[in-house]
Amino acid sequence: MIRAARSFARGEAAGEALVLTAPLSFWGGVDAETGRIRDPNHPEFGARVSGRVLVMALARGSSSSSSVLAETIRLKTAPAAIVLGSPDPILTVGALVAASLYGRACPIVVCALDGIATGDRLRVRAGGDGAAEVEIAK
Amino acid sequence: MTVRLSESDRALLAGEAGPAAAWAMEILVAFAEAVGAPSLIDIVQAHVDGCLYHGRASLDFVEKLAASRGRVRVPTTLNVGSIDLIHPELMAMDAAAQAPGRLLMQAHEALGCRPSFTCAPYQSLSRPRFGEQIAWGESNAIVFANSVIGARTNRYGDFIDLVCAMTGRAPSWGLHLDENRRGEVLFRLAGFPASLEASDSLFVGVGLIVGARAGERVAAIEGLPPPRDEDQLKALGAAAASSGATALFHAVGVTPEAPRLADALQGGQPARVETIAPADVAGALQRLSAVPDGVPIVAVCLGTPHFSTREWARLFDLLEAVEPRRGAPIYVSTGRETLASLDEDRLRRAETRHGVVAVVDTCTYVTAILRDLGGAAMTNSGKWAYYAPANIGATVAFGELADCVASAKAGKVVRAAP
Repeated sequence: MIRAARSFARGEAAGEALVLTAPLSFWGGVDAETGRIRDPNHPEFGARVSGRVLVMALARGSSSSSSVLAETIRLKTAPAAIVLGSPDPILTVGALVAASLYGRACPIVVCALDGIATGDRLRVRAGGDGAAEVEIAK
Repeated sequence: MTVRLSESDRALLAGEAGPAAAWAMEILVAFAEAVGAPSLIDIVQAHVDGCLYHGRASLDFVEKLAASRGRVRVPTTLNVGSIDLIHPELMAMDAAAQAPGRLLMQAHEALGCRPSFTCAPYQSLSRPRFGEQIAWGESNAIVFANSVIGARTNRYGDFIDLVCAMTGRAPSWGLHLDENRRGEVLFRLAGFPASLEASDSLFVGVGLIVGARAGERVAAIEGLPPPRDEDQLKALGAAAASSGATALFHAVGVTPEAPRLADALQGGQPARVETIAPADVAGALQRLSAVPDGVPIVAVCLGTPHFSTREWARLFDLLEAVEPRRGAPIYVSTGRETLASLDEDRLRRAETRHGVVAVVDTCTYVTAILRDLGGAAMTNSGKWAYYAPANIGATVAFGELADCVASAKAGKVVRAAP
């Protein structure tokens, strides 16, 4: 199944979906060294985001999340891609800065999230012109 | 939707002002897309909160801009960093641990930012004016600029404050626009005596409650007594921006966009009305300070946000009246410009006789300065009390400025009877 999406940070990536059941702040919520969710109050506490396609309805929290996402991209502990239910300027900027500094993309797209479950195989293709698609395989 | 760019925006994007400005504009456009802004607006100044070292990526970002000879396009001040560059001997860190923080501060200077290193840029010569469009980082500075001055900024942060400075532009959205500055949650003080005194702790307590209950919505506050000075509004805003994400509050009859309640609400109705009773204020302050009277203290920490010249004058008066004799050190975080403007004799007496330690360029709750954390630290700052336990592992006693000075003298927590 291919779903149309909107691109906020370009790139192409594939990975296993990790669907979050609550918003996540990268700052304070993700350990950049290990890529694990470290906020003990988060329902997916302990899950590793690295190499997964992170799926969440919305992001949350401090503007310092930009730096933390950029730091995970630098340390290669970042998600392969991020699929959001609504646009997030803070993550977008983190991905953009890191793509330019380290030459590694973490595409960020927005689309409808219904029917996407943890463990699905997702392929994200995000262009520089706003167009994107998410390919979902169960 | 696509952001509408002006001719000069497109020129920057095309690299006509160099690669650094082009990169900055590319990031700004993506950010504007993500917040749904239809276009960009001019800003007259920026305040960049990028000097606290959080990891290699932030240093790489600034160094890349500097390597391609980038320069800020509007006057830009810098927030605190991790190191007191003027008094490096105060740092409880070795030279190697200080190095990345120093490099980050220097790299920002290389971009043409002013080395103000203060979280209170509104106390300096570059204070913006009513109605001016600005792009500021640092939560207390943002809420102060919007609320107390009536300048206009959103909550900018990591990378984006600097990107705005490098382009002189900001997305046209949020608090830059009239209609989004309307009070949404109305707070009414109720049950206080008619002669309600404008104490520092009242403003801190109200700030903590506003932040916790309004989140990021615009607050209108009715029933505050006239503040003694703008330092009390600074304390309210800093507390609200700690317990919540307040970027703008209107204090009816006090702040410039709210001469009357109807102005604060722009003639509309609030989405919600909240009551603040004396017990709420007492409870908020109590939660901040679990330390009872009589407990030994290892330090007093003042100046979060940075101490103003007015606050220094109040402190000097108190020191001369109470005469603490170096019982516990009194750390005062302040801007380097403010420190340089003080009466040298009074400052020297405060340091040598009363145990005052002036800290500039940074703040005692974000970096390693306090050497002894084997007891409670006392503060008059809601923000310090809110963050210091997690940041530096301090146990906090909260009190009025006069209580802090009395406690420094006694070496233990002393509070005047309420």
